[in-house]
Amino acid sequence: MDWLYVFPHMDDDSLRNLKKIIDEGFRTFTRSYGEAIEGFFSPLQHFLIVAERFMTQTPWPIITLIILAIAWGASRSVKVVLGCLVTLLAIGYFDMWDDTMRTVSMIFVCTILSIAVGIPIGIVMSRSDRLQRLVNPVLDVMQTMPSFVYLIPVVMLLGIGKVPGLIAVVIYAIPPMIRLTDLGIRLVDKDVLEAADAFGSSSWQKLKNVQLPLALPTIMAGINQTIMMALAMVVIASMIGVQGLGQPVLKAIANQYFTLGMFNGLAIVGIAIIFDRVSQAYGKRLQKHLEIVHG
Amino acid sequence: MADHHFGGIKIRHLYKIFGPNAQAHVDAVKNGLTKAELNERYGHVLGLRDINIEMPSGSIQVIMGLSGSGKSTLIRHINRLIDPTAGEVLVDGVDVVKMNEQELRTFRRHQTAMVFQKFALLPHRNVLDNTLYGLEVQGMERAKAVDTAMRWIERVGLKGFESKYPNQLSGGMQQRVGLARALSNDAPVLLMDEAYSALDPLIRMDMQTVLLDLQKEIRKTVVFITHDLDEALRLGDQIAILRDGEVIQQGTSQDIVLRPADDYVANFVKEVNRGRVVHVEAVMVPMRPGCLPVGTPIEVGTTIEDAMRMIAHGPDGDVAVVDAEGKPVGILNLRLLAGALVSADRDTKQTGASLAEVM
Repeated sequence: MDWLYVFPHMDDDSLRNLKKIIDEGFRTFTRSYGEAIEGFFSPLQHFLIVAERFMTQTPWPIITLIILAIAWGASRSVKVVLGCLVTLLAIGYFDMWDDTMRTVSMIFVCTILSIAVGIPIGIVMSRSDRLQRLVNPVLDVMQTMPSFVYLIPVVMLLGIGKVPGLIAVVIYAIPPMIRLTDLGIRLVDKDVLEAADAFGSSSWQKLKNVQLPLALPTIMAGINQTIMMALAMVVIASMIGVQGLGQPVLKAIANQYFTLGMFNGLAIVGIAIIFDRVSQAYGKRLQKHLEIVHG
Repeated sequence: MADHHFGGIKIRHLYKIFGPNAQAHVDAVKNGLTKAELNERYGHVLGLRDINIEMPSGSIQVIMGLSGSGKSTLIRHINRLIDPTAGEVLVDGVDVVKMNEQELRTFRRHQTAMVFQKFALLPHRNVLDNTLYGLEVQGMERAKAVDTAMRWIERVGLKGFESKYPNQLSGGMQQRVGLARALSNDAPVLLMDEAYSALDPLIRMDMQTVLLDLQKEIRKTVVFITHDLDEALRLGDQIAILRDGEVIQQGTSQDIVLRPADDYVANFVKEVNRGRVVHVEAVMVPMRPGCLPVGTPIEVGTTIEDAMRMIAHGPDGDVAVVDAEGKPVGILNLRLLAGALVSADRDTKQTGASLAEVM
């Protein structure tokens, strides 16, 4: 009756061998292609460095003004702009300016990359049910697989640094971008699409004039989600050498510095709220035409 | 292209079966398999059966039927938003069914324009940008497209509303935008899929007038779908009545009202105000020798209602009916006209009787 209490499992030797073979295989792969892959990602590295240099080396009043100008341009709301100003000043006053700027530049690059990769995938996915069935489980894995687990192969391939951090963050943050682009396009009114067809639109014209504009509110929600998830990954990414607000938090965890952890944690919350309010206000403004209803 | 005379639309032996394996059942349907049998035995739905309609250029062809009769399916075959299972759709002599994707797109851009029941405007574009959508798709340069679009916006009575969004307009105004968008394309075929069904009765009348007025100058080949017989009779030069995917009667409004093909059509027709539909030549009696007509003669093609108005204001006696050249072809009097309004209306009497009982 032994098998009732102990799950009949693969015998230990074969299991050990299996793991060893996979590990060996991956290691060989890393050894032979690691450099090529690193080369492939080097433009990203460059982009990251430029963005970070800009954020940290520009005098703080100018950066503050730029952020406030973006907030105003996107939201046209004094309240949002004031909120941004107060948050930024508080962050600077508590000496977290540099780390915050590094995090913001990282999030910025992550978001751009997620949009650039996510929207085309979402568009292709919305056109084929089969592809949607194929991609959805992959997205599920990307979102639920503990982030530490996919840090391992990324670090093995690319070592420690900004680019592997970026990739880890994008893997975690891109699914909502893809999903909501797909959903937004699928939700576009069938009648309007039929009208576009009836006037002889090509599929590019349909995408550009009808599907993307009408899916835009949903896509904006996707961008917002992506930013939030990228921020949530900042601490984990700091484990593989991404600089920014995550590193003090990591230090605080290791040494039980309660206040240090709290301050940096709150700074992450602060920029998360800025990003969220500004992008949501922008999304709302894009839909202005939907709000004014004939009485 | 300007000199080319548009050849009208001919639909020949058109069949549409909905289902995964439609092609396999066409022959069975051609050999008499009914809609119910097809559905029961093979799980396929018969959308259209052996449709044959000729729509001459420059006239308004109304296709009337209740929901589920296949009328919206039929109109979508003309610009092939739906692919037929079998048959031909000749527009200006070219079979739409045989076009490849590129030809079809060009055909839709230049030969047809469509107006939709639910307007189907782009909510993120204002009236002007909605109106020039078809031109933009054709690749016309912006300034020229704006010119054309503005002309049609003005023509449908929306001047001053160019920069409003569809959400800010009432249903009637939105459909004017739909109409302006279709007319801007300057395509010879205008497809109107229950274009006025979503509008209030008064606005619907108003829009019917707009269409009839426009048609006098633009002379398009209009295909108009409706479930409303009054609308059909008012607009249609020709009417086809559809039921369960089959044409059960085709003809002018006169034919439909005076000679309904079966009980189904008769049932529709009995609610119609005959005074506005039936023409005097259907009522008049032949000239008798020695009869002396009085008053102003009435031209053929006048409706009973108009004729009654004219006679009521004239002297007593018989009035001559004349053809377009002024030659007398028959005579009329009030008694004949009044009779025509109520004749063949057994049902009206019955309703009257039952009403009396209730009271």
